Amino acid sequence: MALQLEDGRSPQAAVLEAQGISKDFGRVHALSDVSFALRPGEVHALAGQNGAGKSTLIKILTGYHAPSAGRLFVSGRQVHFSGPRDAQVAGISTMYQEVNLVPLRSVAHNLFLGSEPRTRWGLVDQRKLFRDARDLLDRYGMGAINARVDLGSLPLGIQQMVALVRAAAANARVLVMDEPTSALNDAEVRTLFSVVRRLVQEGAAVIYVSHRLDELFDLCHRVTVLRDGRVVGESAMSEITRQELVDTMLGRALAQMVKRPKPETTVEGAAPALSVTNLHGGPKVRDVSFTVRPGEVVALAGLLGSGRTETVETIFGVERSRGGEVHLGGRRLRPGKPADAIDAGLAFLPEDRRADGVIPNMSVRDNILLTTMGRMSRFGFVKRAAAERVVSELMDRLSVRASGPDQRAGELSGGNQQKVLLARWLAAHPKVLILDDPTRGIDVGAKAEVQSIVAELAADGAGIVMISSELEELLAASDRALVLRSGEVVTEIAGNSLNEQNIIKALAGDPAGTGSISATAAVTPRREHVTPRREHVEPLHDGPVQE
Amino acid sequence: MMSRRVAGDGLVTGPPSASGPASGGVVTGADKDMSTELSGTPGPQKPTSTGAAKGNWRTGPWTDLLREYGVYIFLVGLVVYDVVATQGFTSVAAFRSLAVEAAPLVLVAAGQALAIGTRGIDLSVGSNMALSSAVLPLLFGFSVSQSTEQRSAALAIAGALAVTTAAGLLSGAVIAFLDVQPLIVTLGMQLALRGLAESLTSGNQIMMNDGTLQRLATGRVLGVPNMAIVALLAAAICGVVLRYTTFGRRVISIGGNPRASYISGVPVRSSLLVVYALSGLLAGVAGLLSSAYLGASDPGDIGQLYELLAIAAVVLGGTPLSGGRVTMLGTVAGALVLQLLSNTFVSHNLQPTTATMVEAVIIVAAVYFQKRRGN
Repeated sequence: MALQLEDGRSPQAAVLEAQGISKDFGRVHALSDVSFALRPGEVHALAGQNGAGKSTLIKILTGYHAPSAGRLFVSGRQVHFSGPRDAQVAGISTMYQEVNLVPLRSVAHNLFLGSEPRTRWGLVDQRKLFRDARDLLDRYGMGAINARVDLGSLPLGIQQMVALVRAAAANARVLVMDEPTSALNDAEVRTLFSVVRRLVQEGAAVIYVSHRLDELFDLCHRVTVLRDGRVVGESAMSEITRQELVDTMLGRALAQMVKRPKPETTVEGAAPALSVTNLHGGPKVRDVSFTVRPGEVVALAGLLGSGRTETVETIFGVERSRGGEVHLGGRRLRPGKPADAIDAGLAFLPEDRRADGVIPNMSVRDNILLTTMGRMSRFGFVKRAAAERVVSELMDRLSVRASGPDQRAGELSGGNQQKVLLARWLAAHPKVLILDDPTRGIDVGAKAEVQSIVAELAADGAGIVMISSELEELLAASDRALVLRSGEVVTEIAGNSLNEQNIIKALAGDPAGTGSISATAAVTPRREHVTPRREHVEPLHDGPVQE
Repeated sequence: MMSRRVAGDGLVTGPPSASGPASGGVVTGADKDMSTELSGTPGPQKPTSTGAAKGNWRTGPWTDLLREYGVYIFLVGLVVYDVVATQGFTSVAAFRSLAVEAAPLVLVAAGQALAIGTRGIDLSVGSNMALSSAVLPLLFGFSVSQSTEQRSAALAIAGALAVTTAAGLLSGAVIAFLDVQPLIVTLGMQLALRGLAESLTSGNQIMMNDGTLQRLATGRVLGVPNMAIVALLAAAICGVVLRYTTFGRRVISIGGNPRASYISGVPVRSSLLVVYALSGLLAGVAGLLSSAYLGASDPGDIGQLYELLAIAAVVLGGTPLSGGRVTMLGTVAGALVLQLLSNTFVSHNLQPTTATMVEAVIIVAAVYFQKRRGN
């Protein structure tokens, strides 16, 4: 294996170094004897499954947790952080997936929050503030951003870049980026990366955590792999293959992803389990029609902003529809009533696990039972034995890793939270499941588990509507793909035409592509070419730093 | 976003779907130790959650204990102090009077805990107590000049409780169906109900000489005052409902994540309706007990500031104002602490004005020690 632990590093060479760090939470050993060195001018990936200890290590490096054992060095000098403030003073800045800035203030104010230039009278020097902000944005190739607009009015990706530039302005020597791209589109990711590269050129060092291995290979120089709270490998990024990295993370060799076999019996003749007719709702759902047969996996493909999430939310009744009908197993669903949809046998795993899914303070048990408590009660009292059986069965089936059904769901890792939510829906024995990006932000192991559950459900005859931001996953899982653009179904791709190339062409709205796709028999072009989607960050594409 | 995945070379791997149930576990072998993993998803940490380094008193085992059981420790400490330092405290009568005096607060605090559990609040409970008190003499047939009852006590009590429940239902309807913030709705109800209550008796105190009310106020079962039994029974029922019924679990889930609850088919609106109706009912019972204890209807005075005391009791007991978690036992203990504190000050001849200020400091301090209880 290409990954070897490298010993005998000198603390002097590293801008931030951890030696022999252990961290226990009660009887749980979150980290055991972890050593980690970050050199100036490098982007260092921390890889590992959820629960491997990445978050804990980051929290120790940024002063949120004190290590139970071990030493920390900043530029060769041993340090003790007694809080995040200490780490910040030492030049360690953290950027999270969510932006911790003030949405109702301008970009410029946010850039200099807490260190605004002052006038003689001690008031904020507005002119200098905006001038400095302008310079700073220009310097990082983000001159297209208007420093005067409220931060909250900008797309999340831009907000994140503002946060990054803010950290750079504060002369951070070490930047910790924890899943910074989970909400960004492709163009935004590119701009973000160019800002990161610029920072690194200027001598900063970056610790980078992402579930997207592509990004690690694209951006990072070195990688340290954690598993079960231990360092299991460290390597230059150029010296390992993707497969080796995944194997190291999982601690065993994985089989290559295999495409879901076609359903044995032809489902063509079966009555549709779900049928959506001329559904309208909001600006992003326009005249959507499609059907899902039992045992079939239908992908809703579309870029961010294509209306894919809005479409499924309208089908399920989370958002109100403005026309059209949804039928499930012959029954017409009342619009705007998720409870009615659930009752009819529809399930909906929302995209945003934290906002729309998990009840963090409740136990794993109660989270799982949320949809089905009513069916499992007598005189309003939950039947404990029956409930317990369902919960333990589902926790087993989905291999939910928790200390038990009593653990609070908020304490679980992202992948396990997702499994709990999936369990919540499986408990209801749905006929059709709508899964909105079910593997988003979860680690490779949990991802594979979720994917195989989906395949299993389809094999058992459930109809599945699936959204994924990973084309590869979509292709492997689905029998048929509907491509959405601006809230409309523009193309349906099935059979042998269902491949990466065709979907990308359809997604991008490439006229040539659409033409070539429609030449194949299996594809039904639904609509004429629509106006291309407007990119949020169009002006940024060709910024000066873009290589 | 998607085009970036084009270069993917089979990174996401998994067992062939045909190879059997996933319960076989894809990574179980490698992850035996992860089952009790504590660190959550990567995400922003509130800067307040600084579980920091060496010698930080806020993370020690003692402070954990204090956080979890603070209200009980405080209660026991207060009792011990009173036993040692307060004359006459050890008499049975003193305990009985404490139980009787705390009963109305326990009741409204129980209702308040339900509302707070849903991320809401009910500021109208004090006025609703007054409304209950005002409706009683009307239904009994008492008036300023007429002080013997004319109609059945059961009917009068049922009527008063129906009126306060209806008032709670109205708050709940505006909150649930018109989506107005509970704070505003119940603040409005607080003013409106107090006004209504006082106008019903034209601002007068009305004496009520009724056997049933007297028995309620002074009677005992096995030595325990009736009022205490009513309050504890009500709190116990609320506790059981919260813990073991679908309604109770839904209340907690709504407080924990309203949108997720809605998506999961939880009847959010009807649950909120019931919560505020229950709070109204419990306030009605509290008003009834207060009136019985007083032997009179006094809508100008009954229930004054009880909404705030109730909130203090709930929070003191360890229920976060952010909802999604309720401890009924803690709420009862919180109410007892507040009542005992006030009794202690009275028996030590502290000026009422001073006592109120000291109470305020103690409440805020207690809540400070409790904050961050796993929330």
